[in-house]
Amino acid sequence: MFKGVPILTIITFIPLLAAVFLMIMSRLAPAEGKAQIAKNAPRVALVTTLAVLGLSLLLVLNFDTTTADFQFVENVAWLGGGINYRMGVDGISILFVLLTAFLTPLCIIASTKSVKSRMLEYMVAFLILETLMIGVFCALDMVLFYIFFEGVLLPMFIIIGVWGGKDKVYAAYKFFLYTLLGSVLMLAAMLWLYYYSGQVLGAGNATTDIAQLAKLDIPLGAQTWLWLAFFASFAVKMPMWPVHTWLPDAHVQAPTAGSVILAGILLKLGGYGFLRFSLPFFPDASQYFAPLVFWLSVIGIIYTSLVAYRQTDMKKLIAYSSVAHMGFVTMGIFALNVQGLQGALFQMISHGIISGALFFAVGIIYDRMHTREIAFYGGIVKYMPMYAAVFMLFTMANVGLPGTSGFVGEILTMVGAYQVNPWIAFGAAMGMILSAVYALNLYREVVFGEVKNEKLEGIKDMSIREIVIMAPLAILTILLGVYPSLITDITAVSVDALLADVNAKLAGS
Amino acid sequence: MQEFSFGQLSFLTGELVLALSVGELLLIGVFMKKRGVSIVRYASIAVLLIFAFSGFILNGTGSAFNGAFISDDFSQYVKALIGVTAAITLWFSRDWFKRENLDQYEYSILMIFAVLGMGIMVSSGNLLTMYVGLEMQALALYVMAAFNRDSLRASEAGLKYFVLGALSSGMLLYGMSLIYGFTGTLSFAQIASVLSGQESVNAGIVAGLVFMLAGLAFKISAAPFHMWTPDVYEGAPTPVTAFFAGAPKLAALALITRLITGPFAEIQHSWVQVLVVLAVMSMIIGAFGALTQTNIKRLMGYSSIANMGYALVALASVGAAAGGAAGVSGMLIFMSIYLVTVVGVFAVILQMRTRDGALESIADLAGLSKSNLPLSLTMTALMFSLAGIPIFIGIFGKWSALAPAFDAGLTWLVVIALLSSVVGAFYYLRIIKTIWFDDQAHTFVQAPRSLTFISSASALLLFPILFLPFIAAPARALIEAASASLF
Repeated sequence: MFKGVPILTIITFIPLLAAVFLMIMSRLAPAEGKAQIAKNAPRVALVTTLAVLGLSLLLVLNFDTTTADFQFVENVAWLGGGINYRMGVDGISILFVLLTAFLTPLCIIASTKSVKSRMLEYMVAFLILETLMIGVFCALDMVLFYIFFEGVLLPMFIIIGVWGGKDKVYAAYKFFLYTLLGSVLMLAAMLWLYYYSGQVLGAGNATTDIAQLAKLDIPLGAQTWLWLAFFASFAVKMPMWPVHTWLPDAHVQAPTAGSVILAGILLKLGGYGFLRFSLPFFPDASQYFAPLVFWLSVIGIIYTSLVAYRQTDMKKLIAYSSVAHMGFVTMGIFALNVQGLQGALFQMISHGIISGALFFAVGIIYDRMHTREIAFYGGIVKYMPMYAAVFMLFTMANVGLPGTSGFVGEILTMVGAYQVNPWIAFGAAMGMILSAVYALNLYREVVFGEVKNEKLEGIKDMSIREIVIMAPLAILTILLGVYPSLITDITAVSVDALLADVNAKLAGS
Repeated sequence: MQEFSFGQLSFLTGELVLALSVGELLLIGVFMKKRGVSIVRYASIAVLLIFAFSGFILNGTGSAFNGAFISDDFSQYVKALIGVTAAITLWFSRDWFKRENLDQYEYSILMIFAVLGMGIMVSSGNLLTMYVGLEMQALALYVMAAFNRDSLRASEAGLKYFVLGALSSGMLLYGMSLIYGFTGTLSFAQIASVLSGQESVNAGIVAGLVFMLAGLAFKISAAPFHMWTPDVYEGAPTPVTAFFAGAPKLAALALITRLITGPFAEIQHSWVQVLVVLAVMSMIIGAFGALTQTNIKRLMGYSSIANMGYALVALASVGAAAGGAAGVSGMLIFMSIYLVTVVGVFAVILQMRTRDGALESIADLAGLSKSNLPLSLTMTALMFSLAGIPIFIGIFGKWSALAPAFDAGLTWLVVIALLSSVVGAFYYLRIIKTIWFDDQAHTFVQAPRSLTFISSASALLLFPILFLPFIAAPARALIEAASASLF
C-alpha cells in the first residue's frame, strides 16, 4: 500500500509541520486574533495527532509480521561521511510508534482544560515532542537516532519548566542534566563505533547505519566499555535504580500530560535502546553484565516498591511504581531468552498504557481539588462512583492482576528470568506482592473510607471529556490482558531474529 | 629562485582588492564626512564579499613570491568564511553604532584592514608573511576594541588586549627567531625539508615551536592564554565582540593548521602534546568559568574558550598518520557551524535594547518568551545548538571535531570533551530558563530588519533536517577538498 511513499517520514513530521503552522499563524495574526488562535490551537493539535494515529494504524495493518527485516525503509543521503537519513521499522519498534501516536491525542484532550496559560506554546511543544518520539523509534541511523533521542529533552524541559508545579525549575534542570550526562557517554561510544566501522570497512566507508554496525564483530575489551557507555544513557532513561532519582521530581512537577508522556513513552526509550543497540552490538558484554543488570533490577523493584508505599503524594507514588515496573523490563531483556524479551516488550507497551491512565486519573482529581496529597482525599467513591471503578481497574492492572495487560508482561519476564536465575525471579515476585501493597493502599486511602474532608463534598464525577480519555485506555488494558497475541504476534519474528543473531555471535566468540 | 611575474598576482586578487580599495574608502570617508559613513560601509561590505568569493571564482591555486604566499583550496575556503562573517557583522553593526552615536567610517576601514591581515595569515607560506598578517589584523583589532573611546570599559578592554597581545606577539617572534636560528630558513617548505631528514629534533626547534604555539594560542584565546577574553568581550562594543568571536579565531586556527600540516608535519610528537594540553585546559576552564557569569558577553567569551578547545581536539588528531585530513575537515566543519551560531547569538544580543539603552545582563532576558516569541525561539535554538543538544546542527560540529581523535588514540580526550560539554549545557540552559521560566523584565524596542534577519536565518540554518544533500554534500565536498589540499 505504501510502496514508494515515505510513510514513516510523513508520520514523523506531520506534527512538526502542524507546530510550524501554528507558530506562523500566531506570528501573522493581529494582536486581537492571537487569543482566537490560542483557543483553536488544541483543535489543530488534536486533528493532527489523530491523523498520525490513523496513519500509524494503517502502518501496523500493512506490517508484514512474517519477516524480521526492516520495513518501509527510507534511505536518503544526508550529512555525508556515511551518515544517511535512514528510517524503517521492525517488530520491535513499530508498536512504540503506535503507542506514541495513541497516547499523544489523549494528552492533547486532557490538556485542553487543565492548562491555563500559553495554550499555543503548549500545543507546539507537544507536537514537536511527538515528532521526536516517533522519530526515535523509526531512526535506523545512529546519528539520526541520537538526534531524536536527545532532542526529546528540549520540549520536555520547556514543558516541565513552563507549565510545571512549584519546584518546576529545579525538576527541569535535574531531568535535563541527568539524562544529558548519561547520553554524552553514549555519544562517545557512538563516535568510537563510527571510527571502528571505518577501520573495519576501510577508510571512507565509515558508517552510522545501525543494521551494518550490528554486523560488525567488536573486540571483547572494547565491547565492555561501549556497553557501559550505552548503559549509562539507557539506564538513566529507563530509569534504573540507583540513577532513578530524577524521575519522581520530574513527574511531580510536570503537568498531567507531561507525566503521561514521560511515563508512557520516554521511559521506554531506554528499553528500546537496550534492544536496538546493546544486545545486537555487544552480545558478549550483554551476557557478561547480565547478572549486574539482574541485581540492579531486583533491588530497584523491591526498593522502589517500598519507597512508593511511604509516599504522601500520589504522583510520586506512581512515579516510583514506574521505576519498579521498568525493573521487570530490564530483567526480561537481559534474560536473553524468548520469554524474557517478549515479556519486556509487552511490559513496556502495557506500562505505557497503564501508567498513562494512572497519571490521567490523578490529573482528574487534581484538576478538581488542586492537590495530590493522599491524606486530603478519602471516601470519594461516594461522589465519584464511575471514577472509583476506572481507578480500580488501573490499580489492579498496575498490580498485575491476571486478566489485565500488566499481568502478561510481568509473568513473561519472570518466566524468562527464572530460566537464568530462579532467585532473581523470586525477588521480582516479591516486588509484585509489594506493588499490591502500595497500590491497594493508595486506592483505599483515596477512594474508600469516610469522607473526612468537607471540601470534597459535591466533587463532580468524570466528565464526558475524561471518559473519552479513559475509555480507550481501559479497553486496551483488558483486551491486551485477555488476548496478548495482539502484541506478541507482531513482535515474535523480530525477537526470534534478534535472539538468533545474539546467540550466533555468542557461539562464534 | 622563482622569477616574479604579474601572473602570480592573480593568487592575491582578494587581498589586492582589499588593499587597493581601503585607500579609496578612507579618502571618501575623510572628504564626505557624515554623509560618507553609509557609503563607506556598504562599499566595504561589497569589498569584503568580493574578497570572500574571489578565490572560488578565480580558482587559482599556486604560490607567489617564492612560496611566501600560498593560495590553495584550504585558504580559499577559510577566506570565504572570514569574508562572509566579516561582511555580516559589519552589516548588522550599523544600528548599534547609530544608536550609541558612534557611527563613524573608520570602523569599516579597520574591519577591512583586519580582514586583509587575516587573508595574509591564512595564505602565509613564510614566517615573515605570517607575522605581518598576524600583526596587521591584531593592530586593527586593538583599535576596534577601544573604538568607543569615551567609555572607560572599552578603553580598558583595548589597552588590555593590546598589552597582552604585544606580549604574545613577543613570544611568537621569539619562537620564530629560534626556528630560524636552528633551521636557517623562514620558508615553510624549506623548514619542512630540513626537519624531514633528521633523526632527532633539536631542542631549540621544539622550544621555538612551543613559543609559536603559545603566541597563537593567545590569538584563539585557548587556555591558559585566555585571560584577556572575558574582559575584552565584555568591554568592547557589542558589534566588535561579535566580530572578535568569529573571523579572527578561524584565521588563527587556520594558521595553526597550516603550521602543523606544513613545516612541522614531520615532528608531530612535539606539538600533539601541546595542543592536547591546550584543548583540555580550554574545555575545562571554558566550561567552569562560564558557570557564574551574569553578563552575556562575558559568558560568550568563556563559551568561545570552550569551543576553541573542541577545535583544538580536531587539530590534535591531525598528528595521527591516518586521521590527518579528517582532523582538518573536522575542524573546518566545527568552525563553520560555530561561526553560523555565534553570529546569530550576537545578532540576538544586539537586539537586547530598551529605550534607555543596550542591555548586557543575562537577567535582562527574563521572560522574553512572553514579549517576543520569535526572538526567544531563535535564542533557544542557538543556545541548544551551542550546548550540543540534538535536533540542532551543533552536535554534528562536535561529532566532526571529535571523531578523528579516535584515529589518534585520544579516546580519553573525547570523553573529557563530552563531559565538559555537559557542564557547558548547564549555563546555556540557564539562558533558556531565564527566557522561558522567569517573569518578564523588559520589553525590547523593535529591532532593525538586518538583525532579525540574521538571527533568524542563523537559527534556521541549525536544523539539520534542512541539511539535506543539496546543502550538506557540496559543503562537505568543499571542506574535504580544502583539507586534502594541505597534505
